[in-house]
Amino acid sequence: MAVALTSAALLAAGCSSSGGKGGEENSSGAGGGKGVNTPRMTIAMVSHSGEGDTFWDIVQSGAKDAARKDNVQFDYSHDDEAGRQAQLVQSAIDKKVDGLIVTLAKPDAMKGAVKKAVDAGIPVITINSGGEHSAGFGAISHIGQDEAIAGEAVGDELNKRDRKKALCVIHEQGNVSLEERCAGAKKTFDGEMSTLNVDGTNMPDVQSSVEAKLQSDSDIDTVLTLGAPFAATSAKAKEKAGSKAEIDTFDLNAQVVKGLKDGSFGFAVDQQPYLQGYEAVDALWLHSYNANELGGGKPVLTGPAVVTKKDVPRLEKYTKRGTR
Amino acid sequence: MTAAPTPTPSGAPGATEENATTQAGGTAGSGGAGKTAGSDERLVHRPLLQRLLGRPELGAVVGAVAVFVVFSVVAESFLRASSLSTVLYASSTLGIMAVPVALLMIGGEFDLSTGVMVTTSSLVSSMFSYQMTANVWVGVGVSLLVTLGIGLFNGYMLVRTKLPSFIITLGTFLMLTGLNLGLTKLISGTVSTKTISDMEGFASAKALFASELSIGPVGIQVTVVWWLGLVVLATWLLLRTKAGNWIFAVGGGQHTARAVGVPVARTKIGLYLGVALGAWISGQHLLFNYDVVQSGEGVGNELIYIAAAVIGGCLLTGGYGSAVGAAVGAFIFGMTSKGIVYAQWEPDWFKFFLGAMLLVAVLLNAYIRKRAEANR
Repeated sequence: MAVALTSAALLAAGCSSSGGKGGEENSSGAGGGKGVNTPRMTIAMVSHSGEGDTFWDIVQSGAKDAARKDNVQFDYSHDDEAGRQAQLVQSAIDKKVDGLIVTLAKPDAMKGAVKKAVDAGIPVITINSGGEHSAGFGAISHIGQDEAIAGEAVGDELNKRDRKKALCVIHEQGNVSLEERCAGAKKTFDGEMSTLNVDGTNMPDVQSSVEAKLQSDSDIDTVLTLGAPFAATSAKAKEKAGSKAEIDTFDLNAQVVKGLKDGSFGFAVDQQPYLQGYEAVDALWLHSYNANELGGGKPVLTGPAVVTKKDVPRLEKYTKRGTR
Repeated sequence: MTAAPTPTPSGAPGATEENATTQAGGTAGSGGAGKTAGSDERLVHRPLLQRLLGRPELGAVVGAVAVFVVFSVVAESFLRASSLSTVLYASSTLGIMAVPVALLMIGGEFDLSTGVMVTTSSLVSSMFSYQMTANVWVGVGVSLLVTLGIGLFNGYMLVRTKLPSFIITLGTFLMLTGLNLGLTKLISGTVSTKTISDMEGFASAKALFASELSIGPVGIQVTVVWWLGLVVLATWLLLRTKAGNWIFAVGGGQHTARAVGVPVARTKIGLYLGVALGAWISGQHLLFNYDVVQSGEGVGNELIYIAAAVIGGCLLTGGYGSAVGAAVGAFIFGMTSKGIVYAQWEPDWFKFFLGAMLLVAVLLNAYIRKRAEANR
């Protein structure tokens, strides 16, 4: 009560005339119209995401938009620990879902659960990572980005930009796909590339570690971050360290788009997470409606798409509403 | 208070109280329970050096010097002023939390919800301002109330249920992790908050929580000032006030403390409020430094705060430790984690080096404390 009163009093005291909800434009989402009239089906998605990851949020909004159009009940669950992720797949099988979307970040741990789903007659589509194992496990299709190819695209882009010494910031030590991104970039990049491990759940640690690295090696002219939230933090670190390095990043968010626009970031590599969610649900619907199979046994790639300053006007409003 | 051996009617309750105090004090590490009648050993003047050797933070200070020397030798860029500023910044973001956490541990309790409580605090601040289109200072104020409310909840649940704080705050930790995510998504539509940097009051709040002060050619982050301020405040509280005595007493043994009239419940709740205050300061720094807050952040930091307090000489069992020690512990942590980067050691081994250096610092700390106690 006291809290409510005080906050009400505080509220009366000060309103902001700039920014905030009041300054927000109305954003339009997809799927507002009428959907199909096929029988209601249930599709479960089980990802390896940790808590509160922006990326998976976008995947989900893609999946939900497709679900609305396709008259699908969409269930999402996730666990970043492989054993528990496999248990979640098992419970989806127990619920007898009509379709399953699963990520293979740790393929060996997921193999058994995915096989069980296939044996139970549930069509499976894998998304995001683990494309090379997808067909072997009996999935219909794989929709995602090949991390090594994405990394190689970054290496090429860095060459094009005439960079000499790059730093690859890994925000989750031991994550296979992050390591693959760095390795891919290292492979095609003509300059020298070193890596740095930081603690992604602790932003001040990310900042001070990048700062320390830039201070200890002033020749670094490029910082490559592997997730959108770390790009802005690295920009801060660069400023503190008095470095001239260019910040480039994997994945997009509103802050990255803003940074691309004002020139504080060089480029971003988008793997179009919305597409991964949307296409997976839609492909399962097509499989049930028309027995279609997407990809011809090969992974369907949603990235990499290199995004620079000139793409910003097109993308800005989509990142703001959280679909790009 | 001199112990009166003559059993006079008026002296009897006094004598019981005396015994109880020495018992509580004994576990609190003064180490001289029931020595002699006549002169009180607590009043004996000891030489400065000996007094210094008896301080809980001594081991940590020696450990810090050792770590400093190691990195000064192996990393050429470590000793530059700008590098030291970075190290201080890294230490201060831990230290702001490590100091109140140390007080709580001296009081004999844990808090596992600290890491995510920091995130909660910044999320509340950011989302309130944004959704209400309010001056950001309003959000900052609401966030203070909410964060203190969480501290109050922890403390109140603890003293009411008498369950171990480990369990209670584990519950809070998990609930807050879920709330952070659930509410952020419900309110903002995504898992991170919207930018508030273009709102009124942002600049002045940033000046207080996330600015850089230039001292000569070097920039010092304002968090360092908050950190040192908290150390001074906590040290004064522990060593110069009645509340400080209460903290040591409840950590030494809450039943004896209660028996001699220490308000145990109030002290413990107060300690949790202190932790919440620290979380609020850290949370506001997070918000105003990065503008946008990721709702999944902060998990795992609670252990680093506890580690810093323990490196700094706090006992896991309570009743012993110091605020200065916790600050030095945070400094050791900051120096080690950044020093490894300055030294350009193989990054894949980072965690191993970090763990090994910390273990060595703690061992050195324990060894010195043992030596110091033997010499007393």
